[in-house]
Amino acid sequence: MLQITGLTHSYSDGHVAIDSLDLTVADGELLSIVGPSGCGKSTLLRCIAGLIRPTGGRITLNGAAVDGVPDDLAVVFQDYSRSLFPWLTVRDNVALPLRRRGKSRAERRAAAQEALESVGLPDAGRKYPWQLSGGMQQRVSIARALAYRPSLLLMDEPFGSVDAQTREDLEDLVLQVHRAEKMTILLVTHDIDESVYVGDRVVVLNRSPARVHADLPVTLSADRDQIETRGLPEFVRLRAEVGRLVRGGARIPGAVPAGAAGGILKSDIRHQKGVGPDTMADSESGGTRPTR
Amino acid sequence: MSALRLGRGLIERVWLVAVAVAAWEIVTRRVGETYFPPPSTIVKALREQWFSGPASALFLSDKALDDFSASLAHLFVGWAAAGVAGVALGAAIGRSRVLHDLLDPVLQFLRAVPPPTLVPFFIMVFHIGATMQIVTIAFGVVWPVLLNTSDGVRGVDALQLETARVFGVGRFRRLFQVILPAAAPKIFAGLRVALSFALILMVISELVGSTEGIGSELIGAQRAFELPRMWAGIVMLGILGFLFNALFMLLERRLLRWHAGAKRLAG
Repeated sequence: MLQITGLTHSYSDGHVAIDSLDLTVADGELLSIVGPSGCGKSTLLRCIAGLIRPTGGRITLNGAAVDGVPDDLAVVFQDYSRSLFPWLTVRDNVALPLRRRGKSRAERRAAAQEALESVGLPDAGRKYPWQLSGGMQQRVSIARALAYRPSLLLMDEPFGSVDAQTREDLEDLVLQVHRAEKMTILLVTHDIDESVYVGDRVVVLNRSPARVHADLPVTLSADRDQIETRGLPEFVRLRAEVGRLVRGGARIPGAVPAGAAGGILKSDIRHQKGVGPDTMADSESGGTRPTR
Repeated sequence: MSALRLGRGLIERVWLVAVAVAAWEIVTRRVGETYFPPPSTIVKALREQWFSGPASALFLSDKALDDFSASLAHLFVGWAAAGVAGVALGAAIGRSRVLHDLLDPVLQFLRAVPPPTLVPFFIMVFHIGATMQIVTIAFGVVWPVLLNTSDGVRGVDALQLETARVFGVGRFRRLFQVILPAAAPKIFAGLRVALSFALILMVISELVGSTEGIGSELIGAQRAFELPRMWAGIVMLGILGFLFNALFMLLERRLLRWHAGAKRLAG
């Protein structure tokens, strides 16, 4: 179980990214975190991953306080082209973190191959990441995380830089992985449709500083289908509600407008590659979804 | 078909060289100036000097084996020592802000000192011979490697480092499997510059302080006023420089295949 109490983080330039945020994620839950661009989502995720030491509050994972990167945690970053190492083959990329698990070379290779098969890339092992398409590279990142066998998987806008069709395939892959591996998954996204489609529960964050604005259970069946589920009245209702909440969260009085915030906003933008609030409005109305 | 294309490519690349050599030959023969022997005379001297050996030794004469092995051993020992020291120090400086701020002014000064000016000092300390030559080469060529490494290491993508941390890649493996490979394109650029510097410094150190090697042969020929022999030395050094660079590029292209591939895709 992941427990966050009173989490606060302000950067050295005085910008407050997160302000006393409380959140509990049960084991095996798939939680979507959605919020406007630059609302501190990435900061939250980096705090949970132990990459940033928050200035206040407490994070515990399975009862142990997070101090440095937890052992059984993996992250899938949005920018696969930078988070996969181009000098290693796909198989070596997936196998690299496994040495720490005390496995032999043959076991590491077998585990990497198995993970690649589970994401639908059985023949990619000998290739280099840059020889694959964007969607395939992100599958490799997911395979790397799966092979690591974490109890908590963090995904930081994982499908922000792939095309719409690939994005749907990858969303289904996450659902399939979640069902098969029963791991806890935290998916950070700015896409309202995606947050509802993938999540068991959706947490909406305020615009910077991040706070939990709303926490909604997703009352859809576990079996989801891109066409059917998205047509259900319940899905449409949830999407509209999350959309209203995100918009509301973006307009709280005194909130920092987009573009004026400090360091965190910059890094958020870098991770989103120009997918901003305007495309978000599109996805809210059920129209085209952000592509690269 | 592809042999034909290869042949055409070769002709396109070398025709100007052939024309230039022919023009050189004609002009030098016409003028008949002692200081400028025609290329054919230089080639003859080159052959007598170093390439009169048996085919089994690639036509290298005993003298060639002596001269080349002395020169090249110094060059490669000096270059390799500078490479190892440059990468190690450069990585340390690139990883540590404190070390960088502390050492940067000193390094910038040392780098600015033209290495040949230190030859008299090195002769005094190490006397004439192999040690002094190797030290001259190593000291002179360490800077491009060191500065490029520190630059490359500092420029490693933050996301790559975060990825390594998240997946529990330990300090040692992080250095050798993430940081140094990521900096490798810059390190190789430094090593390549260092290699051509090393050839220059090898010759300089042989000109002033050696009794063996190609440089000392060159200065000996000049003192004996045997100009074709002197020119042969100059041409030989040009050939060596060209060969080293070509070999290094070949190696670099092999080892950094991923870099070229990833870059082509991004661009």
